[in-house]
Amino acid sequence: MTRAAIKDLILEIIKDIDEDADFNTLQSDQPLRDQLDLDSMDFLDIVMELRKRHKLQIPEEDYPQLASLDSCANYLEPLLKNV
Amino acid sequence: MPFSLDKAADSYDVIVIGSGLGGLTTAKRLSYCGHKVLLLEFHHQLGGLATWFKRKGHIFDISLHGFPYGMVKTCKKYWTREITDSIVQLRNIVFDNPQFSLQTTFDRLDFTALLNKKFKIPQTVIDRFFATVAGMNFYDDQTMTTRELFEQFFPGRTDVHRLLMEPITYANGSTLDDPAITYGIVFSNFMNKGVFTFEGGTDKLIRMMTEDLEKNGVMICTNAKVERILVEKGKVRGVEVNGRVITAPAVVSNSGITNTIYNLAGRDVFSSDFLEKADAIRVNNSSCQVYIGLKKDSSIEDKGDLLFTSTAPVFDSSELLDMHTHSKTFSVYYPKTRPGHDRFAIVASMNSRFGDWSSLSPTAYETEKKALIERTLVDLNRYFPGVNEKIDWLEAATPKTFNRYTLHTHGTSFGTKFEGLAVSRSIFKEVPGLFHVGSVGIIMSGWLGAINYGVIVSNDVDSYIRSV
Repeated sequence: MTRAAIKDLILEIIKDIDEDADFNTLQSDQPLRDQLDLDSMDFLDIVMELRKRHKLQIPEEDYPQLASLDSCANYLEPLLKNV
Repeated sequence: MPFSLDKAADSYDVIVIGSGLGGLTTAKRLSYCGHKVLLLEFHHQLGGLATWFKRKGHIFDISLHGFPYGMVKTCKKYWTREITDSIVQLRNIVFDNPQFSLQTTFDRLDFTALLNKKFKIPQTVIDRFFATVAGMNFYDDQTMTTRELFEQFFPGRTDVHRLLMEPITYANGSTLDDPAITYGIVFSNFMNKGVFTFEGGTDKLIRMMTEDLEKNGVMICTNAKVERILVEKGKVRGVEVNGRVITAPAVVSNSGITNTIYNLAGRDVFSSDFLEKADAIRVNNSSCQVYIGLKKDSSIEDKGDLLFTSTAPVFDSSELLDMHTHSKTFSVYYPKTRPGHDRFAIVASMNSRFGDWSSLSPTAYETEKKALIERTLVDLNRYFPGVNEKIDWLEAATPKTFNRYTLHTHGTSFGTKFEGLAVSRSIFKEVPGLFHVGSVGIIMSGWLGAINYGVIVSNDVDSYIRSV
């Protein structure tokens, strides 16, 4: 999966969590949490969706790696390289 | 409709013991993740402490008193749109005690105005206080108590302490001596947008949740009391229920954490290090309630949805727990609460200790129960004069009643104190396949806490099942 596809995947999951989420002004190097009003439960949802869709096991200590779209791409790129 | 146990298969991916809001949510999430789920409930009715009972045309809610706005997002994400759409605000919260009487929508805007205008607290102090509690996380430092937090911002102001603490004591059983974070997290949740309730009552919510679980393929069995969680070679193998063995690689107990460790799994499956932590868990207090039903065609004026009342001179955590406490809340259920059900009902709630009631002789117990009802009516008449003539049902519950229906250790209505959270969160690292969900650590209690904790634990369970 390419970096762009990974970012689209994350945005798609967030859209499922909050249909009103507005991605127009989203900056990919800034924390998603502040820009989209996400809480810790929302990040747990992202983790569960990644496990459900791509059988990814993300350990709790790695959750901070999902902070921004760029960091998601950095962290998930090697894990999803064969997808 | 839930089934009887003989309809259940011999093996599942996961078995959930208990159908409180945590157990129901765990069952929902795990079925959503694609697992084959069995939900077992010992009672004939689902819901755990999120329950109700019917008497003479009345429906009494046990724990539907008001939850934070966060419930809207949580129900939308983890349950259904229909459930979410039934959540409505309770706009009229009343405080009445010897120090002050006021009405509020119980949100940050209104509380800021009250603290500033009525209690003469400088705006900067109020803003700093709200910023401090809003920034609290459950993994933060726990050494500061709520008492110290209040003294830091509002030294000597027992009236302000009362305004801030009294509702939270009823919401989660916490006291001034519990960690300030347990106060701050729950208080901030409420201050977000105020207090909300479920229109249609607990029975409607649980019916909708049950239907949703069935639609998702969860097998639900009632009158099914789990006797043992089976552990073999250090791992979970299943459960023994009504004398029958049903296997599963994962078992989630929504029975209390102490019940789970000592009665269902048994001490012998845990290490001494873990047991040391478990033995240190303090179970939270229980409750007394008085259920008051009004005659058909009689009514009362709208004096508020939730009334925090007390005749005690100042707020005192131990006074609220005393079996003869002068402090209680009245949850008033107008016909608007249950559209189509044209009756008025009032539930008075008090915090209470199990030991005070369990140590009484049968005669003394009945006498104390009568006295509890009498005191409640005296207090109620201050707000609804002449209400006695309109009442056609009166009944009381004590910590013993809560113990009988929920099997909770000491009838606890608020789970455990803070230390219970770490034990609950780590139990599957001790016995692989064994999970716990339910009210723990004060913050994971109440309707919102229970549901969210169900989601958190489901993530652990899903991860585990997929790794074995």
